[in-house]
Amino acid sequence: MKKKARILMLIGALLPLLLFVFPLWKITLEAPQYPTPLGMFIHINDFSDANPHDIKNINLMNHYVGMKYIPEAIPEFKIFPAGILITTFIGLLIAWKANHKWYLYWFILMVVLSSAGLYDFYLWEHDYGHDLDPKAIMKFTNPDGSVMGFQPPLFGTKDILNFTAHSYPQLGAYSLGLGMGLSFFAYLLVRRENKKTTLA
Amino acid sequence: MTALIATMVMLVGCNQQGNNSNGALSSSAAEKVYVAPGEHDEFYAFISGGFSGQLSVYGLPSGRLFKVIPVFSQDAEKAWGYNEETKPMLNTSHGFVPWDDSHHPDISQTNGELDGRFVFINGNNTPRIAKIDLSVFETTEIIEIPNCAGNHSSAFVTENTEYVVAGTRFSVPIPQRDMPINEYKGNFKGSLSFISVDPEDGGMDLSFQVLMPGFDYDLAHPGRGASHGWMFFSTYNSEESHSLMEVNASQNDKDFIAAVNWKKAEEYIKEGKFKTMPANYAHNVYDESTHTATSTMKKEVRVLDASELPGLVYLLPTPKSPHGCDVDPTGEYIVGNGKLSSDLTVHSFTKMIDAIENEKFDGEAYGIPILSFEDVLAGTVKQAGLGPLHTEFDGEGNGYTTFFISSEVVKWKVGTWEVVDRQPCYYSVGHLMIPGGNSRKPFGKYVVAMNKITKDRYLPTGPEVTQSAQLYDISGEKMELLLDFPTVGEPHYAAGIAADIVKERSKKIFSLEENKHKYATTSDANVRVERNGKEVHVYMTMIRSHFNPDNIEGIKVGDKVYFHVTNLEQDYDVPHGVSMIGANTSELLIMPGQTETFVWEPKQVGVWPFYCTDFCSALHQEMQGYVRVSPASSDIELSWTLGED
Repeated sequence: MKKKARILMLIGALLPLLLFVFPLWKITLEAPQYPTPLGMFIHINDFSDANPHDIKNINLMNHYVGMKYIPEAIPEFKIFPAGILITTFIGLLIAWKANHKWYLYWFILMVVLSSAGLYDFYLWEHDYGHDLDPKAIMKFTNPDGSVMGFQPPLFGTKDILNFTAHSYPQLGAYSLGLGMGLSFFAYLLVRRENKKTTLA
Repeated sequence: MTALIATMVMLVGCNQQGNNSNGALSSSAAEKVYVAPGEHDEFYAFISGGFSGQLSVYGLPSGRLFKVIPVFSQDAEKAWGYNEETKPMLNTSHGFVPWDDSHHPDISQTNGELDGRFVFINGNNTPRIAKIDLSVFETTEIIEIPNCAGNHSSAFVTENTEYVVAGTRFSVPIPQRDMPINEYKGNFKGSLSFISVDPEDGGMDLSFQVLMPGFDYDLAHPGRGASHGWMFFSTYNSEESHSLMEVNASQNDKDFIAAVNWKKAEEYIKEGKFKTMPANYAHNVYDESTHTATSTMKKEVRVLDASELPGLVYLLPTPKSPHGCDVDPTGEYIVGNGKLSSDLTVHSFTKMIDAIENEKFDGEAYGIPILSFEDVLAGTVKQAGLGPLHTEFDGEGNGYTTFFISSEVVKWKVGTWEVVDRQPCYYSVGHLMIPGGNSRKPFGKYVVAMNKITKDRYLPTGPEVTQSAQLYDISGEKMELLLDFPTVGEPHYAAGIAADIVKERSKKIFSLEENKHKYATTSDANVRVERNGKEVHVYMTMIRSHFNPDNIEGIKVGDKVYFHVTNLEQDYDVPHGVSMIGANTSELLIMPGQTETFVWEPKQVGVWPFYCTDFCSALHQEMQGYVRVSPASSDIELSWTLGED
């Protein structure tokens, strides 16, 4: 059983590497004038078009309300990949040598780091949606008189002016989640085994 | 008013139901042509504009007009022939010719079936053939035809688009020379041209011409299947008259269909049996990556003399000045539509080959064997109507022929030659079109009749009324008139194809990265204005919703200002336009990723605006700029800005 758990931990540690292959997140913008919706994939090291030129066209749309252009690169594109490589390395070390409690510690580490990543993503989205050019062509206000922001949802679907924005995790994120789940499951497996052994 | 329309709709509805004897289950004509909002038509129809010189694109069965593709005539709407990039497309050996008479579109084929890559169409007046690329629905090549006058028997393609043909309707002295007109007979010649089409890029090249007797060459169709390798041309004026043709060219009881063995011609070319004649003709090519056309004058042409080269051409006697010369989907039957007759003459390809092999000749014309009429005749569709013009096929063993004088479409059975059905046309139908009707595999669902006279069919618009086409359902035993729809110019002829073959290949934008225009400005960093003496080049960009630069100073009266404008958009259906006050040319309409150029020669001092002419965005009205024009003696430096106070 311990061997099985060790293999699960090994797979769990490797799965986040798929983030280098598959996108983490996708934001899709639907509007009547866009029979093919505009879309942007967020990778751990890049933004990419869902269809050719989508990011350019999102920028063109957004400049009317004074939003900044989606940057070519952000610091996170360096930090995230490094984080994934380091945690994978740690995970592999744990799978190779360490005691099952370390499986839990790795899981907690990953939860903390992922939450930090999501929070960072939220901050970027908030800034992107609220830090508007004061010379914006069109200015909108909320019913309470405050300046309307155009922050896309962190997760889920939201109407923003004439667009419906969808924001959902992609295969990369699911791989990360599954990897984390496996590490926790591996921990539980061993713990249950140990309890049985203790009882016996 | 609404009630009135409702009543009319009801009346029309009842009327349709009354006509339709197939019972309550069959749908009405209105339902059959109704394409719901947002839905697509089943077929593209490419309908020639005749004296408009253009080619219009319709959807069937709705009859909705999608686009008028400029071909031989200047089009201010799209700057065709006005901007610097497309002016060379209308160059000829006679100089810039801004108009032509476009007649017969034909779609490229592979293995005898429509492949939807190109449409070819002839310019009748100043002989030319144009190629329209169906990935962009734009004219990308025009080749002038030397030794030709009235390029009418054109632009029909062979089974694998090896060649597109051109034939002279008016025989002329070849080569042209100063001579008395009444010495026509025996001295004037006809020419049939074979323009090769590159299988890879579609590039056209005048491969060879067949020199023919001085008849009038009217229409043509390719052999297919067993008759692949032959091209059939109808002729009239075998009398070789040169005046009062309506009488003098209508005396012979029979004219000819000329069967040209182009495989044999290829052998003769290979054997060097051609003469190289000096010539002068324009070959104009539009390059999609440079968005620019170039015109090259070609100086010679290879000529094969049909009188001297045995086996190259045979003449099939065909009654009464045949117009259409149509080949059925199997390639066995060649239909001669004797326009002054009431019968249709159908020749058999098998019998033709047999007659050639057994030398069943009935004389010769200028050394070209005339095959015995009875020995090549497959059958006659008797007393089918008056004035047959053109036949197409449904692929189910039926032929459909237009009769101009009796103004009807007649359906008949291939093989038994019996008439099955007839439907009136409103009025005086010329040609007709079944999508794929000139191929091995027609899509036999609809026939479009193109009428020569409209009179009272639509709301009147003064003495000049719209020209008109009519759509018939031919899926049943009886034809059913579904729809009248107006056309652009005179709809001489048409070609149709299943939309699915074409629409997936239709480009959405031009890639900015692949823009190789000499004066392209693909990023805002390269925006500039350069002076070279009195010539000024403005390297300008456009994107929602501004020009860059939008303020220019330092232009002087007497300058020649070239505006090279690049549309930086890379989104579907976001063209921008641009026009300058007082420019002696048209606007530009620039697609995403494309560069176009107009010339402005300012004649008055002042500050003159330019603006975007195609509603592009919510800020379209703000998409404008100014050029300051100073006196010729001024020493104001060139400057250009965007967004500076």
